[in-house]
Amino acid sequence: MTANGWFQIALFSAALLVITKPLGIYVLKVYDGSMRWLAPLERVLYRISGVDRDEEQHWTRYAASMLIFSGASMLLTYAVLRLQQLLPLNPQHMGAVPDRQAFETAASFTTNTNWQSYSGETTMSYFSQMTQLTFHNFASAATGVALAVALARGITRHSAGKLGNFWVDLVRGTLYLFLPLSIILALVFVQQGVIQNFTQYVTVHTVEGAKQLLAMGPVASQEAIKQIGTNGGGFFNANSAHPFENPTPWTNFWQMLAIFAIPAALTCMYGRMANNQKHGWALWAAMFVLFIGGASTAYWAEARGNPIHAARGVDVVASAVNPGGNMEGKEVRFGIANSALFATITTDASCGAVNAMHDSFTPLGGLVPLVNMQLGEVVFGGVGAGLYGMLIMVVLAVFIAGLMVGRTPEYLGKKIQAREVQMAMLFVLIFAGSILVTAAIAAVSPAGLKGLNNAGPHGLSEIIYAFTSTAANNGSAFAGLSGGTYFYNTILGLNMLVGRFAMIVPMIALAGFMAEKRTVPASAGTFPVTTPLFVALLISVILIVGALTFFPALALGPIVEHFLMQAGRLF
Amino acid sequence: MSASKRPLFDGPIVRRAARESFTKLAPKKMVRNPVMFVVLVGSVLTTLVLARDLALGHGGIGFTIQIALWLWFTVLFANFAEAMAEGRGKAQADSLRATRTQTMAKQLKDPKQKGAIVAASSAQLRVGDYVICTPGDVIPGDGEVYEGVASVDESAITGESAPVIRESGGDRSAVTGGTKVLSDYLIIRITANPGETFLDRMIALVEGASRQKTPNEIALTILLSGLTIIFVLAVATLQPFAVYSGGSVSIPVLISLLVCLIPTTIGGLLSAIGIAGMDRLIQQNVIAMSGRSVEAAGDVNTLLLDKTGTITLGNRQAAEFIPVAGVTVEQLADRAQYASLPDETPEGRSIVVLAKERFAIRGRTLEAGEAQFVPFSATTRMSGVDMGSLQVRKGAGDAVMRWVSEQDGSLAPDLAGIVERIAREGGTPLVVAESDNGVARALGVIYLKDVVKGGIRERFSRLRAMGIRTVMITGDNPLTAAAIAKEAGVDEFLAEATPEDKMALIKREQAGGRLVAMTGDGTNDAPALAQADVGVAMNSGTQAAKEAGNMIDLDSNPTKLIEVVEIGKQLLMTLGALTTFSIANDVAKYFAIIPAMFVVTFPALQALNVMRLHSPASAILASVIFNALIIIALIPLALRGVKYRPAPAAMVLRTNLAIYGLGGLLVPFVGIKLIDMALVLFRLV
Repeated sequence: MTANGWFQIALFSAALLVITKPLGIYVLKVYDGSMRWLAPLERVLYRISGVDRDEEQHWTRYAASMLIFSGASMLLTYAVLRLQQLLPLNPQHMGAVPDRQAFETAASFTTNTNWQSYSGETTMSYFSQMTQLTFHNFASAATGVALAVALARGITRHSAGKLGNFWVDLVRGTLYLFLPLSIILALVFVQQGVIQNFTQYVTVHTVEGAKQLLAMGPVASQEAIKQIGTNGGGFFNANSAHPFENPTPWTNFWQMLAIFAIPAALTCMYGRMANNQKHGWALWAAMFVLFIGGASTAYWAEARGNPIHAARGVDVVASAVNPGGNMEGKEVRFGIANSALFATITTDASCGAVNAMHDSFTPLGGLVPLVNMQLGEVVFGGVGAGLYGMLIMVVLAVFIAGLMVGRTPEYLGKKIQAREVQMAMLFVLIFAGSILVTAAIAAVSPAGLKGLNNAGPHGLSEIIYAFTSTAANNGSAFAGLSGGTYFYNTILGLNMLVGRFAMIVPMIALAGFMAEKRTVPASAGTFPVTTPLFVALLISVILIVGALTFFPALALGPIVEHFLMQAGRLF
Repeated sequence: MSASKRPLFDGPIVRRAARESFTKLAPKKMVRNPVMFVVLVGSVLTTLVLARDLALGHGGIGFTIQIALWLWFTVLFANFAEAMAEGRGKAQADSLRATRTQTMAKQLKDPKQKGAIVAASSAQLRVGDYVICTPGDVIPGDGEVYEGVASVDESAITGESAPVIRESGGDRSAVTGGTKVLSDYLIIRITANPGETFLDRMIALVEGASRQKTPNEIALTILLSGLTIIFVLAVATLQPFAVYSGGSVSIPVLISLLVCLIPTTIGGLLSAIGIAGMDRLIQQNVIAMSGRSVEAAGDVNTLLLDKTGTITLGNRQAAEFIPVAGVTVEQLADRAQYASLPDETPEGRSIVVLAKERFAIRGRTLEAGEAQFVPFSATTRMSGVDMGSLQVRKGAGDAVMRWVSEQDGSLAPDLAGIVERIAREGGTPLVVAESDNGVARALGVIYLKDVVKGGIRERFSRLRAMGIRTVMITGDNPLTAAAIAKEAGVDEFLAEATPEDKMALIKREQAGGRLVAMTGDGTNDAPALAQADVGVAMNSGTQAAKEAGNMIDLDSNPTKLIEVVEIGKQLLMTLGALTTFSIANDVAKYFAIIPAMFVVTFPALQALNVMRLHSPASAILASVIFNALIIIALIPLALRGVKYRPAPAAMVLRTNLAIYGLGGLLVPFVGIKLIDMALVLFRLV
């Protein structure tokens, strides 16, 4: 570990802290409707789609609107991918995407997962990338934030019963939040050397005299929303490790900040909606502690490197000319600290973009991304999904410990009762179940084992990672697992749908139940949700209720792999 | 809070509970508690595996036997906890039932004709029947006094040996079946059919037969069930992962891990905590009609307290002697004491005491015959003594003044002013006058004051620290009310309160999302008692009040409302504390069992064996034993409730998290290690 490495992590943390409040206030204004500079465009959109801007929806209608929108757009994407050879903007003449892969890809982008079992540069036409995948990058992100805002409304409103209007939230989020931020960020990327063109692929002769085909495309525009919307689907297979996607340390920094920007801002927005800014910051703090813990562990593990490498005479000591540590699968321009940091951020948030191969991390370094996802993507988390996932954990924490102050647990003045606990538990249960059950099936079925490139605990890590990443709607891959099979395309595609929509329904139901509740005025007897103690409690509940469930499985994967590595065995 | 009257582990109760631990194993009963039901299924499965191993002559029987045994113990311990909690109520129910023996009643066909008595069994009496009870008769059923005044021994219900007065009309007309008439006679109109009487309901309540889960218990059960399902998934999927890794885990070991992970501690003690909470109320002589109301008591935001009897002592006390012009204060005190010497009322005694304390006027004894006591009556509205030619009177201002005027005596010109000032300040003026050899004159005024109960101010400030507002209800004028409210330290007061005002106040508080608790005894309190979230009716009150409230205080002590709130809070705290403890326990158990499970497949995982447990068998066994024993160890806490101290929520949370959260993390590390060492010592592994 180097001072420079720690400095970069500190710089990132400081930048995150600085942007949280201004961006949070902006997001608040977007969703409360006071942001009006695109009002004419907004009006036209509402008129075309027949949406009444002022009509508030009950949670059932809000959920139904969201499901109809997602379902319809997923079907459309499936159709386009199957028919892309007949559609324009296909200079490389890409053929139809196979059935299962098209299903999985449609599910993947609709659910904000962006798990990719294909290489973009050899599978997708420009038309498919731009009209479908990029569309979902915006739409799934705006859907996520809309849902988080709906939950926030449900909790903070005073016995209103309604959650807002899904269509309006979708339009506003896209118009005022994701489009402007993406445009700005895309320009920054272009300036830094990210490519943006529609040309045919370029053939070049390398210095060694070999011929190489360089893939081209409108990368910068997709790159921006990939990070801002915590989507993570790369234009190229190598994702943010590719020099055309992420050429410089600066683009790397902006990409990382873009991933956390909106999730962090949402805590501030929420605090202001609840009229309790300190509570918003308490949530931020809990997320930050978990983030910095993960980042430090990953950095430590990767900088320490692999003792087996060291034993064979590889120089693993950091110096001015050598990053040291475990550089396998990492880009030299990013080095240890920024690879570990990127891996932590992309898995804390359900982004899934990668700038290094997580499969090549040391066992403990690879454990961090895995655990991050298994925490339920609540450490800042996906856009929207992070906040609503965190609020579910808050509801559970308040219920478990709230009784200890001698009252029926209250959260921001609203009682947490049987129905709310039921929905929160369903949320947690579906998440744990969808990971464990699918991974267990894969671990003992021939079809599941066929995709493995590594044996032993590392292979198990690969399987668990794949199902965790899809259920958590992260989309990053541990690599090493050939996901492009009928078995994996199907089961992973279904897992993504369950991990998104089956969890959203109880979440939004909880929002509806909370919205109907009357608020009890705060008093000295009210459960405190702004203190460091609350932050510690929340973190404990996330770790014990959330992550400990996976401990037995992890013990057989990365944990035992770590101890075996110490003993000189590799997989 | 006062200590319970009976020891926690009472011999007969423990014996009965031990028996019931087994009868409660019936799956139909167990299924009500999903967590323990899973343990039951696990115990049965392990026993089946044991039977198979025995039949096939497999090795490792000793380990499986012990696991099976301790799994059964886990279930039995949980049942024992519940039975213990119920046992205390059952013992009380038995003694109540003894009073419910069928009695022969003297039924009247016509309440107007006292003579026409028909003998009838108490079981035959129906609503609307009339009975007459004479001294020594047990009242055959709940009813209302139709005619007569009598003293009644209600100790069977209340435990209070002093008899109470029951009379027709007014707020003391309700009688309870099973109580005994001591003097005079009562004609009673029966108001409850056999089986539906207060006593029947009370027996059902203390026995827990009609107990239903409270809202928080339901929510908690959902949480615990959810966690249980998650752990079932985690353990069930572990087998495929183990198979992938080239090993497999035996069924008893998997079940051991599952039982250790699911929240058995709170799952096993949940109902015991609820029952014990109701029981603590019963120890305080308060009967809650439902567990729901006990919980609501913990949630209360606003307490409505009647001034008299709750905030102030029921009786006013002499605070000052104010003579009229021309009379010294000593003279006044002397005469006032004379007038009060035979007066046994608290007011009278306080006058004697005040004269003694202020002016060293010793209490004199009046020779019988020399002095004649003139008792207070509603028509004269004064009392006093006649001693030969000297007559002394004290009483209401206008009455005494009339007495003086009637004897052509003189009324000092400042008298009316003094009387008026005291009344304005919220006190009660008692005018003292004498008539010596036919010369009558008013001497002055005794200032009777409301006395705020000792310590009540501190209790209110404790309530405030817990976030509970107190509102004093009084019929006094606003000025008086303000003075007493300030002295007692209540947050708000409602002066010149009518029942309608009280109702409006409750509705206003509830509209603001607050929960309201109150006490009441009169029929005109009934609507407010019904409207309040916690309505404690006094047992001395009317039938209507008792029907309307959701709790009944058998001691009829309105101050007890505060204890009721505290018991409610303690109940919720205990639930929360043990839930937190139970969940925090899991961390240590993972570290004990996971390395032990895979020691053959991956010896490297021994690095996770941070407790350095002896062997895989001892580690798993120690965890299961700890898991079972902790239930037993926590029974006293579940029954008694966690230590309760009134404090702001933030402070309570900090304390309880440190004890039950941090404790829950650390205790099992120590406990499992110790058990492991013991297992090795006794060569059980």
